[in-house]
Amino acid sequence: MATTLKGTDVVIIGLGAAGGIAALPLAEAGVQVIGLEAGTWLTRRDFAPDEIRNNVRDWPQAVQKANHEVPTHRLNPSAPTTRAASHPMMNGVGGTTLHYWAQSWRLNPWDFHVVSETTRRYGRSRVPAGSTVEDWPFGYDELEPYYDKVEWETGVSGKGGNIKGALDPTGNVFEGPRQRDYPMPPLRPTGFTDLMAAAARSLGWKPFAGPAQINSRTFQDRSPCMYHGFCNRGGCHVDAKNGTSVTTIPRAQKTGRFTVVTRAHVTTLDVDAKGRVSAVRYVTDGEEYIQPAKVVLLAAYTYENTRLLLLSKSPAFPNGLSNNHGQVGRHYLSHAQGGGVSALFPFNLNSWYGLPAQGTAVDEFADDNFDHGALDFIGGGNLWIYSDRRPIGAANVPTFGRAPGWGAAWKAFIKEHADRVNTAYLQKTTLPYEGNVLDLDPEVKDPLGFPVCRITADYRDNERRINTFVQDRMEQWYRAAGAVAIQRNPLGTMGPSTHSYGGTRMGDNPETNVVNRWGFSHEVPNLGVLGGSVMGTSGARNPTLTLQALAWRTADHLVKNWKGIAG
Amino acid sequence: MLSRRDLLRAAGAAMAATEASAATTARRETPGSPAGADLPPAPAPMRHDRPHDDQSAPRLPLEALTADEADLLTAIVARLIPSDANGPGAVEAGAVHYIDRALAGALSSSREAYRRGLSALERYARSSRGKPFRELAPIDQESLLIDVETGSATGSGAGFDGSSAVFFAMLRAHTWQGTFGDPFYGGNRNFIGWDLLGYPGVRTAVTPDDQRLGAVPVPMRRSAYDSDMFNKATASTPPKGAPHGDDA
Repeated sequence: MATTLKGTDVVIIGLGAAGGIAALPLAEAGVQVIGLEAGTWLTRRDFAPDEIRNNVRDWPQAVQKANHEVPTHRLNPSAPTTRAASHPMMNGVGGTTLHYWAQSWRLNPWDFHVVSETTRRYGRSRVPAGSTVEDWPFGYDELEPYYDKVEWETGVSGKGGNIKGALDPTGNVFEGPRQRDYPMPPLRPTGFTDLMAAAARSLGWKPFAGPAQINSRTFQDRSPCMYHGFCNRGGCHVDAKNGTSVTTIPRAQKTGRFTVVTRAHVTTLDVDAKGRVSAVRYVTDGEEYIQPAKVVLLAAYTYENTRLLLLSKSPAFPNGLSNNHGQVGRHYLSHAQGGGVSALFPFNLNSWYGLPAQGTAVDEFADDNFDHGALDFIGGGNLWIYSDRRPIGAANVPTFGRAPGWGAAWKAFIKEHADRVNTAYLQKTTLPYEGNVLDLDPEVKDPLGFPVCRITADYRDNERRINTFVQDRMEQWYRAAGAVAIQRNPLGTMGPSTHSYGGTRMGDNPETNVVNRWGFSHEVPNLGVLGGSVMGTSGARNPTLTLQALAWRTADHLVKNWKGIAG
Repeated sequence: MLSRRDLLRAAGAAMAATEASAATTARRETPGSPAGADLPPAPAPMRHDRPHDDQSAPRLPLEALTADEADLLTAIVARLIPSDANGPGAVEAGAVHYIDRALAGALSSSREAYRRGLSALERYARSSRGKPFRELAPIDQESLLIDVETGSATGSGAGFDGSSAVFFAMLRAHTWQGTFGDPFYGGNRNFIGWDLLGYPGVRTAVTPDDQRLGAVPVPMRRSAYDSDMFNKATASTPPKGAPHGDDA
């Protein structure tokens, strides 16, 4: 027997990167908010510099909901279905902002207008056939104030390269204009990142330190970064990583209008006779609770946003909530993050410490920052090298054909070269396509008996051509810095990813999009969706800052239009 | 490019050629290797002309594996990361102890895979090489492990249920965890793994100087859990019925 709880103004499902942001502007505006989070609070004491716990065993200290709901994946409807052992995201107050890399890029203005800009510069035929990409319903300029807000309210370190049109080559001159610089200078360089920056300049490129949602100095009374090397899938032991659990969520709680409910495993959303969302059902310790609300903001991860909508069937929405146009689960893409390049140097790099956000970027080959006229693809990739290594990872570096993977010869290789290998991270434009979709798996179920999400997706020629092009540039960069051997890593598949987009895409046309330009459902006026699932393009950037800016914007819109939306 | 089998064969030949003089050969130091100067004295090189079972240290009580399984696993990991002129290997680091403990806990779902895989590997040794794995010469143990690694040991005669390559990949991953992971989990004894890599150890604060080229940070020989700064609990399991609102 379900227990029906006292109603509230807004329920946020999921207190991660997106939901944890939206809580603050709502609570500050006087709205009563309840946040339902499947995980628990984790604190700095839970964040030991422990590679086995962080990088091998998937955070056993956290609630394992996501790991019980790993999506299945197939390349296409006739390919076999596979399932990974663990989920790329995790549950906890703050969600994956607890252990993410915290790279905090804005999208490039081009990413908002891929179709119209490609058409204008190269002709409509250059938009890849079969892609369902659309222009965003608004441009970079409209999101800029919210980027700025998130950068300053949570704390992002970095160096602006375009402040109101004034270019500064020590920052990223390819970024869109920003109203002011970051609130903190970039994380410090290392000997290795300085070496790589010098090599980039020797090639005529303009390297710069990337932006990070990590304190480079004391900020909001929290510590600066300690650079200890366990940030990659690790929580911060000094709270220098500005995830929502140490920034917006506690500030929202201080208003007295935000209640955090942990261990709340949300199963479905209820609708009333008018087709409005009326309540959220969740389970804790096997007991079911019904939490009524005037407005629901769905802020789980991309796979779970789609799954919860598809599981929430009613007479008004027989194919799942907000899915009467059949768009839930469509326009899915996972970011082409694979296809890194590894390099072997003839000297030690002293890269044992640091963090993935402590690095040097080259943006010359991202987005439309270069002429594609003679090329056979659109978009590109950001080149990123960084200082981050732990011992088990170091013992698994590639051997560049110079040694086998084990035995005495391997041991001799690793003894000499463990500190001589670096791997670049190359984020590349990925587009949505017909056939790349999320739905419910017909066979695999979670422990409560609900089907898990199924990914049907594969990269296409445009992604593969970008990969080759960007790997060429990365090899050029490494060799300019003195690398003596290069290994190109495979692009991989579009299985479960930390950068996944679509499924509830944002756009003006309800025939091709689930939510409108404000993030509210075209079909269910009091249902908002937050997260990467509303984004229709990836750019060559980590998605977190953009989806946080969008979450703030959606919350802002709700506050300004409370009566119209809450009814 | 050489295949890994070619490489291993070449390495085996090279090792055999240098074996006679290994005891007098200076340990190869990596120029600039931060921890090189701080390594303990190199142990006497292992002899490679007979099967190697580590009996040098008493085995800790087994928690999951049988004694026979542990003996076989010891002989296998001795080939994966051998003890040689480059220092002690996976056996000395306690990789078998790490795996045994993990199979009784966090990796218990792999217990059955070990039972079946080790027994299949032993059957494969007898059917393909005519001897138990532990009685094979190291070079033959290596060639057998290449069969297992590449999936060639898969099949009805071999007795691997799935691909032998899957078993090998699991075994390798766990051996690496037990050699290079935090000593809290029972492996990386005496920081053998970290010293091999030149990893200067767990720090909770790193200075700019620690990150410059050519720096040699002083090795920190400690587990993450040697300070009381961190919870050792490996799982978060709030009691059933515990309050789940933040006001409770």
